[in-house]
Amino acid sequence: MAKSASDLNRQLNRHLTSVGEWVDERMPVSAFWKKHISEYYAPKNFNLWYFFGSLSMLVLVNQLLTGIFLTMHYKPDAATAFSSVEYIMRDVEWGWLIRYMHSTGASLFFVVVYLHMFRALMYGSYQKPRELIWILGVTIFLVLMAESFMGYVLPWGQMSYWGAQVIISLFGAVPYVGEALVEWIRGDYLVADATLNRFFALHVIALPLVLVLLVVLHLAALHEVGSNNPEGVDIKAHKDSQGRPLDGIPFHPYYTVKDIFGASFFLLIAAFIIFFWPEGGGYFLKPDNFVQANPLVTPEHIPPVWYFTPYYAILQAVPDKLMGVVLMGASVLILYIVPWLDRSPVRSLKYRSWPSRLALAIFVIAFVRLGMLGLSQDSSTFELRLWTFLYFAFFALMPVWTRLERTKPVPQRVGASEATS
Amino acid sequence: MRTLITSLLLSGLLIGSAVAAPKGNLDEANANVYDRASLERGASYFSQFCMGCHSLQYMRYQRLADDLDLTETQLAGWLLPADREAGDYMMSAMPYQASADWFGKGPPDLSLTSRARGPNWIYTFLRSYYLTDDGWQNLVLENPAMPHVLWELQGIQRAIMDAEPGSNGQARPQVVGFELDRPGLMSASEYDQFARDLTAFLTYVGEPAILKRERIGIWVMLFLSLLTLLSYFMYQEYWRDIKK
Repeated sequence: MAKSASDLNRQLNRHLTSVGEWVDERMPVSAFWKKHISEYYAPKNFNLWYFFGSLSMLVLVNQLLTGIFLTMHYKPDAATAFSSVEYIMRDVEWGWLIRYMHSTGASLFFVVVYLHMFRALMYGSYQKPRELIWILGVTIFLVLMAESFMGYVLPWGQMSYWGAQVIISLFGAVPYVGEALVEWIRGDYLVADATLNRFFALHVIALPLVLVLLVVLHLAALHEVGSNNPEGVDIKAHKDSQGRPLDGIPFHPYYTVKDIFGASFFLLIAAFIIFFWPEGGGYFLKPDNFVQANPLVTPEHIPPVWYFTPYYAILQAVPDKLMGVVLMGASVLILYIVPWLDRSPVRSLKYRSWPSRLALAIFVIAFVRLGMLGLSQDSSTFELRLWTFLYFAFFALMPVWTRLERTKPVPQRVGASEATS
Repeated sequence: MRTLITSLLLSGLLIGSAVAAPKGNLDEANANVYDRASLERGASYFSQFCMGCHSLQYMRYQRLADDLDLTETQLAGWLLPADREAGDYMMSAMPYQASADWFGKGPPDLSLTSRARGPNWIYTFLRSYYLTDDGWQNLVLENPAMPHVLWELQGIQRAIMDAEPGSNGQARPQVVGFELDRPGLMSASEYDQFARDLTAFLTYVGEPAILKRERIGIWVMLFLSLLTLLSYFMYQEYWRDIKK
């Protein structure tokens, strides 16, 4: 007796449902899916700036997956590291593609993370009750910096080597224990095989694990309090009879389809770089790094990778080494206290007035300009100090202008301001 | 909001101008790595004139044969020395240590020169040897350990220095041009093409994947454009009821 297709289908469905139930009785799979995906209510008014969170995760996954394949062929050994990278580029099937995906991904990681952080500054996404999301995010940023620095050392080119030399020697500025600390980090009297080997361990195991854990916590904190939005409206203040925010929509399918679109467009840009511009004009892969590390030949100019240059410029702005290092550290760590520096009663820039806008604009220009100055060997000290001053002034004066400036009333509901005006 | 957008645009402009900064006075090589004939000539020239001393330590003969569509016999009859296997790296017959002892500095491996210095540098280097009273000089590599081994092809150039030393604020007189003191076997344009072919070959050697990278890239871009378009329609479709 032949069964019809629909009969088979029904039977299959029944079996699958019972498997699902079996699992659910033992592990909260569908509850998890509901809480974080299908019944996670996000504000319906996310704009372009809200793509960069999911894009950061996409790049993270790319780095993890391509990293696994690179690890299969890479040799963490000062004698063979450089040639093993060339082996990947030439003899490993599709090795060049995997390596370019990883190297391009590293730079794009910082692009999307910087834009993601800018979004938070623009819409006050760090304000109560999202301080912990912000703190976890800044920590992710710090770990990401360490991760990318160590990854940059692995190809063991001249820039890898001398970049490591410069960065590690910064720890020598610590009073009393500086030199011992530097030696402890390097594992040798100079940057050498021991350094490369431990950086490999940290780059492929320790820091990625920490990163993934922090991302999980970042999302857990986000889903506990809910996402902010360009209006800074609290969508949980107005719920329907079933407790669903009136201005919220389920993350799935609305934001999953939207993020798929964002991801596709992002991949298009990434693919262009990977296939047609992998060196990124010498900013993503530096020419000098195609020369094997040589402790006896110091390059004329050792600029850090582009995403570190703003901090490097701040270091250069100060004549004293220790003070420079302290200021450079402070330039990143100061982000931690932003939620308490901002005294504004409103979140979004949209409901603040010109002092906030001007301050953020100056901050962005200072950051970009510092990044350019950090690339160059002979930047004017005056300019370095001017932009460093403005960079810190943004944070130092934030409590003042945020308290004094006039703010517009935030509407109760998303879209309400457009309706009335 | 407008201030913000202006500042973003402004910083974009600033970045653009930094990237566009000139990179020294190098001649434009215009070497075309996709020009098969140029690449083949470059490979010939390299094995004839360069490989006596310089190795390509990351380049296998077999890879070259694969990328240039050479059969085993073609490879053996053309580039592959009798005592080498196709899978061997293209190493110079001259032992590095011996040459380092003879010349004071071993001849550098050239596998990655195109990536470390750029094609224009190679092209300019090959064309700007000139003879001084103290021996050979090169415009882009001061006091080169290597004499101008290609002088028979190019001829012997002498430098034209600027009229007044230090006139343009430089401490030393600057080379402003070359004049041919003794013609070589090739005309100037033939030698330029020779240098261009070698540059194309070394550009390929620096990144053999370059030959297929862009070809594959076009298909990837087409696929992702379609995916972007379709996912945009899907997004619009799902959001129709939200965006009323």
